[in-house]
Amino acid sequence: MTENISNCCTDRTVLDKIAAVARNWKGRKDMLIEVLLQAQKLADNAITEDVAEVIAKEMSIPLSTVCNAVSFYAMFSTEKRGKYIIRMCKSAPCHVKGAEDVIKAFEKVLGISCGETTSDGLFTLETCECIGVCDRAPAVMINDEVYGPITPEEVINIITNYRQRREEA
Amino acid sequence: MEETRILLKNIGKINPVSSADYVAAGGYKGLKKAISNPEAIVDIMKDSGLRGRGGAGFPVGLKWSFTKGTPSDQKYIICNADEGEPGTNKDRILMSGDPHSLFEGMAIAGVAVGATKGFIYLRAEYPYLLPILNDAIKDAEAAGFIGKNILGSNLDFEIEIRSGAGAYICGDETALMESIEGKRGEPRYKPPFPGVSGLWGKPTIINNVETLCNVPQIIDKGAEWFRSIGTESCPGTKLFTLSGNINNPGVYEFPMGVNMRTLFKEVGGGCPGGKKLFAVQTGGASGAIINAEMLDMPMDIECCAKAGAVLGAGDLMFIDESINIIDVVENLIEFFVEESCGKCTPCREGNTRLLEFVHKFKDGTAREDDLERLIEIGSFMQVSSLCGLGQASPVPVLSAIKNFPDKFIVKSDERGQN
Ligand SMILES: Cc1cc2nc3c(=O)[nH]c(=O)nc-3n(C[C@H](O)[C@H](O)[C@H](O)COP(=O)(O)O)c2cc1C
Ligand code: SF4
Repeated sequence: MTENISNCCTDRTVLDKIAAVARNWKGRKDMLIEVLLQAQKLADNAITEDVAEVIAKEMSIPLSTVCNAVSFYAMFSTEKRGKYIIRMCKSAPCHVKGAEDVIKAFEKVLGISCGETTSDGLFTLETCECIGVCDRAPAVMINDEVYGPITPEEVINIITNYRQRREEA
Repeated sequence: MEETRILLKNIGKINPVSSADYVAAGGYKGLKKAISNPEAIVDIMKDSGLRGRGGAGFPVGLKWSFTKGTPSDQKYIICNADEGEPGTNKDRILMSGDPHSLFEGMAIAGVAVGATKGFIYLRAEYPYLLPILNDAIKDAEAAGFIGKNILGSNLDFEIEIRSGAGAYICGDETALMESIEGKRGEPRYKPPFPGVSGLWGKPTIINNVETLCNVPQIIDKGAEWFRSIGTESCPGTKLFTLSGNINNPGVYEFPMGVNMRTLFKEVGGGCPGGKKLFAVQTGGASGAIINAEMLDMPMDIECCAKAGAVLGAGDLMFIDESINIIDVVENLIEFFVEESCGKCTPCREGNTRLLEFVHKFKDGTAREDDLERLIEIGSFMQVSSLCGLGQASPVPVLSAIKNFPDKFIVKSDERGQN
């Protein structure tokens, strides 16, 4: 797992990209969530302080407004996360179909607990509320892709596939 | 039993992005009619008896009449595509398979009340719908169904998509508006109601995806046609999402009033592995949990309410005999503890207290006064919370206590001190 990830020091080129996105929406507070979602994709799946500062400056809105939004919405993280975010649904329809066993399987295969990131920076394991695919329960989202119904036994294959993707890339 | 596919008629049959396909299947006729006589639309909607499909069942025509009757330089139509209620999948099906019916419904609403701008607030958990919706919007604009001078008239109606970012509370109409404005999604105090003062303080209609998808065919085929389907108090069809321990989970369309037993047995195919049905949670995470003996229930708003269930957005989560009901209740309250926005005390503190009590029942240490206190706190939350989240969050546990009294066992010989 990753410890002591610095909360600042996002890559300069990444910050420049985020600044360019934010600049398009100067004074448009209503576009803040859209900008944050885009920024997070560019910056290790996190809105760290330096990212928030750039957004606040380029959009001409108070930093406190940006931080307020970041802390409110579950999709935003202030800590850097893995390239692939595994979001296992723990809402009731998945729960009664055995989601807990699948979460345990992910923990075992990845060697981390929920909320943590693998040391290679590839995976972050999280639980989330209903992802709206109850017909495929128990279901999980890995970045924008949905998997389900999945059994604890299938977890290893899914993870291996993502590891291979990285090697091919 | 055969489905009655009115809302789902195009799903899987047309290219969802293509307005030409949608038109070939009879689409955009309602909008044409609406443009030829905008004045008549709100009355047709009132006559149709259509009620909101997002959970609260508010009459659509009445809602639209408030916005129509409020003069303003700018009005908005919002489509609530947050679909955050656990166990609800229907709006995803509609948006992925027939987005033009949603655009048409929104444009008709715009024409009816004089709104020129529409927003679709799409939950972030459906990122894969974005390309479909964006492409379909572009296609509809190119074909002149939305955008400037729709269908060659002097009316404009633009549609823009806004994303949520993972907050159940943003499904609440005023929290959603706060979120579109770029703020934390905390519900507003009402009044004023959105119909009069909504997004950026302007008169705003907010309706659920399924509600809006009903509109085109009502305008095209008439209120009487719509009233011929469903029940007296709830005309039309309803999309039902079946989930949990059921052989055929999924989204199905039936006339309002269809029996829950039919949905369970004939449509859902019963519980997997030959297990017996134990309970059903009706109306999503905030809905009532009923026992299997109560299964014979016509599914419309009034019948469900009378029987102690909730129609809500049409969710039915089936729970078989192998599942511990206290465990389910715990899961549900954990959800509300996590999703409470914290703005008002009854909900913020109340859900945490409810969870503490449920833990006592789970580990067998609950006393009689714990049960009394649980019911007292839950009932207080229902009347004193600011928004629907806090008002409804005690429903699952309170209904479970009522319908499964033998599962909430107390040590009655050891009354507590406090
Ligand atoms: C906590 C909470 C969550 C809600 N979530 C949704 C939702 O995801 N989708 C929805 O359409 N309505 C949701 N609603 C209901 C909306 O506030 C509102 O009643 C609805 O969008 C009105 O549209 P309708 O009349 O067409 O149903 C929610 C309400 C509350 C209190
Ligand atoms: S009831 Fe709950 S979710 Fe609604 S405003 Fe109060 S704290 Fe927020």
